[in-house]
Amino acid sequence: MGSGTTVIDEAVLLDLHRRMVRIRLFEEAAGRLAEANKLPGFLHLYVGEEAVAAGVCAALTDADQISSTHRGHGHLIAKGGDFRRMMAELMGKATGYCKGKGGSMHISDLSLGILGANGIVGGGLPIAVGAGFANRYRGTDTVSVAFFGDGASNIGAFHEAANMAAALRLPVVFVCENNEYGEYTRRDQSQANDDVIDRAAGYGMPGAIVDGMDVVAVHEAALAAVERARAGGGPSMLEAKTYRFFNHHGVQNLGQKYRTDEEVLAARERDPITLFEARLAESGLLPAAAAEVVRAEIRAQVDDAVAFAEESPLPDPSGLLTDVYSEPLEVQP
Amino acid sequence: MSGRTLAYGAAFNEAVALAMDADPDVFVAGEDIGLFGGVFGTFRGLQDRFGAERVVDTPISEQAIVGLGVGAAATGLRPIVDLMFMDFVCVAMDQIVNQAAKLKYMFGGTARLPLTITTTAGAGVSAAAQHSQSLEALLCHIPGLKVVYPSNAHDVKGLMLSCIAEDNPTVLIKHKKLLGAQAEVPEGHYTIPLGQARIARPGDDVTIVAFGRMVPESLAAADQLAAEGISCEVVDPRTLQPLDTDTITASVRRTNRVVVVHEAVRFGGIGAEIAAQIQEVAFDHLDAPVGRIGAPFSPVPFSPALEQHYVPDAARIAAGVREVLHRPAPGT
Repeated sequence: MGSGTTVIDEAVLLDLHRRMVRIRLFEEAAGRLAEANKLPGFLHLYVGEEAVAAGVCAALTDADQISSTHRGHGHLIAKGGDFRRMMAELMGKATGYCKGKGGSMHISDLSLGILGANGIVGGGLPIAVGAGFANRYRGTDTVSVAFFGDGASNIGAFHEAANMAAALRLPVVFVCENNEYGEYTRRDQSQANDDVIDRAAGYGMPGAIVDGMDVVAVHEAALAAVERARAGGGPSMLEAKTYRFFNHHGVQNLGQKYRTDEEVLAARERDPITLFEARLAESGLLPAAAAEVVRAEIRAQVDDAVAFAEESPLPDPSGLLTDVYSEPLEVQP
Repeated sequence: MSGRTLAYGAAFNEAVALAMDADPDVFVAGEDIGLFGGVFGTFRGLQDRFGAERVVDTPISEQAIVGLGVGAAATGLRPIVDLMFMDFVCVAMDQIVNQAAKLKYMFGGTARLPLTITTTAGAGVSAAAQHSQSLEALLCHIPGLKVVYPSNAHDVKGLMLSCIAEDNPTVLIKHKKLLGAQAEVPEGHYTIPLGQARIARPGDDVTIVAFGRMVPESLAAADQLAAEGISCEVVDPRTLQPLDTDTITASVRRTNRVVVVHEAVRFGGIGAEIAAQIQEVAFDHLDAPVGRIGAPFSPVPFSPALEQHYVPDAARIAAGVREVLHRPAPGT
């Protein structure tokens, strides 16, 4: 299976499927917990955009880095993030990735090259460029990927990061997840260009648009961009056309003023997981029953993570002032 | 002591070179710092010596410059990134305040961020409102940052080497009027611990707390006041975050009077924090309210005729000292 001349290995196809389902089931569980008021703070669900994180991260090694966004769960899971530690962090527990100090928007795992979700729109882009600089400085062929949304393409950090990466010819791949909304405002109200990718040319880097609901297409495009960067060809940009099934934050979707139900329902008809599972079933690689086995297995892992998080202790207030600096903080008045 | 003397800017340069020599993970990036050597000349010769991959000329792009440092530090290098004028800190504030300062904490302690941000501050050269500010108070307010403001060539070298060795984001502020100031500077590697004040001049009657260019001004004021029979102790905190409150208050306990001086606008300046800490710790030792000297509440003016009334100087510091001592000015 593959859209172009390349044929993607069957194991990779199954891996892409698994990554997407992992994201979806984790997010659905998080949504249920939020509805039950078990998650403090904001929740930005990645549901609908799974093909982007899965397709891109499957093109990366563990050493490659990503910088993520406020809608970061999908990136973290696709890059190998641990369900238990993620779920515990969402609940603000001591066993979470950040010991309860970061929450949903700040989960990181540097050992997996995850340079953090980021609560500032565009904030992760310059950091991914810095990682790209370090990769080249060390003479490695490691690549960094900056995930960002169409909304972030309007903020200065995006433009500075793109220009810096291009000027220094750094091994960075910029991946725009264009879900057509910056929070609750339509993209065509926020920018006059037809496509986000139009901006890549302004920085002298190649860009490509890809169907963000087609995980194979995303993966093939990501492979090309990553290989280019790895080979010293410099930065490039992808724009994945995707859609956010839920609101910017929270678990609502329909009945909103900023977008019509018809639009949301039409997008859901192009659910990236449903589409891919149909293809996998048709090809005989993953019949429906086998897909259900995968789901059941992952659902059990999610349930385990939720149970782990719920049973985990809350952070002790004695840790409030640790981790501000690398050495113990001498308490300031 | 028989030592060689070196200018403040050259001592800074020497610190960077020593660190780069010792550790291949140290690199420098910033605007015009490579081929040109920096607009203040403080990076001169480094690119010739270490190459363009380690002394990197960047676009005029402060967010991306600091972000370059954050990403490189988080992935194991030891970057020095330069923001040409301290005023430009404002352009990079997200990367400094929301990213660099907080990554370690937000990530539950797993990140290490050995990032040094250098910049050049200060008024007195008719650079006007966007190229003259001392914005240290903004940075000292941010948990996760360390803020250093050296007053002389000896200290700038030792403090810079400490900043580079730190596993935390630090901001080292040079003062543009001090760049040519000579002092005895030892050869080779030495460090001055961050958070350790220095008694720049011992005295008995009053303590002057000053940093950056206000140290030489305070020393000049102390000379004037000595002629009037007033003995001033000048304390230079050197590091503003963390602040060496102990050394400051120990001095105040002896002198019982104190004037806090900085070049930045007085209102909300770091002097307000220092004054507050002094009264919290040493209230019973104070014979007069804590004096505060800083710039008036306006942007830095351009014309020398205005600017000379703006930046605190030895005469204003001396007047402030007389005030806390209830002494009249000479000849009045």
